[in-house]
Amino acid sequence: MSTTATQPIAEGIDNPSLKSQLHRAERLRKIKAAALVMPLAIFLLIVFVAPISQMLWRSVDNTELSQEMPQTAALLLRWDGQQLPNQEVYATFAQELQISRQEGGLGRVGRRLNYEKPTFRGLLVRTLRRLPAQASAADYAEALANSDRAWSEIATWQAIKKAAAPTTDRYLLASLDLERNSQGEIQSITETQRVYLSVFQRTIVIAGSVTLICLLLGFPLAYLLASLPASKSNLLLIFVLLPFWTSLLVRTASWIVLLQSGGLINTSLMNLGIIEDPLQLVFNRFGVLVAMVHILLPFMILPLYSVMKGISPTYQRAAISLGCHPFVAFWKVYAPQTVSGVAAGALLVFIMALGYYITPTLVGGPSDQMVSYYVAYYTNTTNNWGMAAALGSLLLIVTLLLYLVYHRLVNQKQLVRN
Amino acid sequence: MKNTTKTINFKSMLGASILGSGLLFASTSQAFTVITFGGASGEAMQNAYYTPFDKKTKAGLVPGDYNGELSRIRAMVETGNVSWDLVEVESPELARGCFEGMFERLDWKKLGIKDQIIDDAVEECGVGAFVWSTVLAYDADKLKKVPQSWQDFWNVKEFPGKRGLRRGAKFTLEFALFADGVAVEDVYDVLRTPEGVDRAFAKLDEISEHIQWWEAGAQPPQWLVAGDVVMSSSYNGRIAAAQEEGRNLAIAWKGSIYDLDYWAIVKGSKKRELAYDFIRFASQPDTQAAYSSGIPYGPVNPAALPSLSAKQSARMPTNPKNMKGARAMDTGFWVDYGEELEQRFNAWSSRL
Repeated sequence: MSTTATQPIAEGIDNPSLKSQLHRAERLRKIKAAALVMPLAIFLLIVFVAPISQMLWRSVDNTELSQEMPQTAALLLRWDGQQLPNQEVYATFAQELQISRQEGGLGRVGRRLNYEKPTFRGLLVRTLRRLPAQASAADYAEALANSDRAWSEIATWQAIKKAAAPTTDRYLLASLDLERNSQGEIQSITETQRVYLSVFQRTIVIAGSVTLICLLLGFPLAYLLASLPASKSNLLLIFVLLPFWTSLLVRTASWIVLLQSGGLINTSLMNLGIIEDPLQLVFNRFGVLVAMVHILLPFMILPLYSVMKGISPTYQRAAISLGCHPFVAFWKVYAPQTVSGVAAGALLVFIMALGYYITPTLVGGPSDQMVSYYVAYYTNTTNNWGMAAALGSLLLIVTLLLYLVYHRLVNQKQLVRN
Repeated sequence: MKNTTKTINFKSMLGASILGSGLLFASTSQAFTVITFGGASGEAMQNAYYTPFDKKTKAGLVPGDYNGELSRIRAMVETGNVSWDLVEVESPELARGCFEGMFERLDWKKLGIKDQIIDDAVEECGVGAFVWSTVLAYDADKLKKVPQSWQDFWNVKEFPGKRGLRRGAKFTLEFALFADGVAVEDVYDVLRTPEGVDRAFAKLDEISEHIQWWEAGAQPPQWLVAGDVVMSSSYNGRIAAAQEEGRNLAIAWKGSIYDLDYWAIVKGSKKRELAYDFIRFASQPDTQAAYSSGIPYGPVNPAALPSLSAKQSARMPTNPKNMKGARAMDTGFWVDYGEELEQRFNAWSSRL
């Protein structure tokens, strides 16, 4: 009794603080939610955002010279590049070259300058051997000029000037078969060196063909899976998933065994007398497509299957019962409902195929290597991370652009349907 | 080199490096880590070097494999988290890594083995571990006529069929020039000129449609045995391994190109003294002979040669008979011009 009597009073008193209590509860809930998401956010930041931004930065990073030889870099940036730089530049360069050797920065400088001209590393080593240990500025300048003919050539200094600015577009340009000439204008590189434009084109063509073949093979299979009774479709689904449990390398290698000249397919065909000479089935584009489609097919089938499973068969039946031809009913009524599955599957397969590396390396010929092959080459073999990052960044940009275009197309289609 | 199957995909590499850097940091503060290319050579090293060395010094030696990627060493040195102490590197990587400060400069006086080993094995940052060679190999059961040189390799009339070459400019350009009649001692002088490079690519044009390009060292012997190719360039150790399995593969040593693998100490390693001891131990005649009888890569210590059997020594790149007409790879050349020539090779092969 007494409690009921006090309640309205208590409510009256607590009313303003109820609001704040609600607020507090709400805030607490928000913090809890944020705390739950936080590990994921941090994880994404560490393994996704940070490495990608670092890769993007590496593709324009040109800080080698400005960090290891700051004064030379500053002087050269002010130099007009028309005639040989003045004595001050010579002296500073000679001094900083020796300092960089003592402090261990010479490696970075040499690596960077070697990209401008393949003989730079040797030149620096030779020059260092001939420079005096201690000298006045004028002596340094003279010693440098005398140490190698290259220092009296304007091209040498122009090359160093290119490395002086803190950022550069040389890697990105080189990834598009372009370069800057001595006047700073962008031009195509010599024809015998041009390769990356065709590599990008090839990467997109291979990924596109793989996606198309996967769709053509996967669609009927997914349809079959979705329309069979559960007991049978589950068994078939296991066969679809089976390749997932085998290592990618093993699957690729087994294709080589099957397809090579002395392999199972060629020997069977020859024993049957169908062919005289072995067919070239592997180490060319055909082998790459076969192996990649085999590996990526489940990524097409599974999204298609999950969408088709949810489509009620009654619409199609209704269309047929109203006098529609079964094929037209399939095409006009059933197929549009699968668009989201086709879109998801195609996107998944296409984007995974863009980054393929091991399979084309092992079953492809030299004209079937994709962008990632060259990324790996620059990362691991030549240690030119600028080039690797530039190729990677361009691939990322191309992928994003294609994704945007694709997103548009799919959305439009769905709009039309609605 | 011998072991270039690139089995890394980036997802697993990322995962492994995140996990690995944590684990290695925690676990290897005590261990002495020696990283090599593994495979058959790694097994031979285990028997000849690791086990006896560990027994002698109780150093807690931990062996490991890699694929020769300088990037991993560079990442370690740049972050200051050095978990590898001693690594086996190929000569261009040694030169590059030494110049870029990834390896310790060696104190040869302290090592005290300079006059025991061959001159090629003495470098600023590295000590030769063994000599290997890229040779012309063929299946002696399948060819009626024996190919003698790279000229025969280019002769598709008398030796019809596909040929295997390594996908890349290195070795390929040298072999093309040998086939074009350039003397072995002049080959790098010719390649230093633009005309020489054009000449090599023109020679490659002649047989481009007959070439099947290999990527991993295991491929050439496998292709030869399967009859996919009639002859191929190959690493000599791989051919010897196939011979052990009873395959009648043979080698034409003329025009082969040999090179060394080196031991190098990663900059910032805390086990420098142990690394010096290990290098000294692995350069002795008896340990070198034990290694070379495990795999036919030539010892850098000539005193190891007499204790090898006649059959073993006939397979060594360092055997004087095999050295005749062979060429040492010019490391300096490939360090300077490698990237440019590889790009040109890629451009050329894209148009095939």
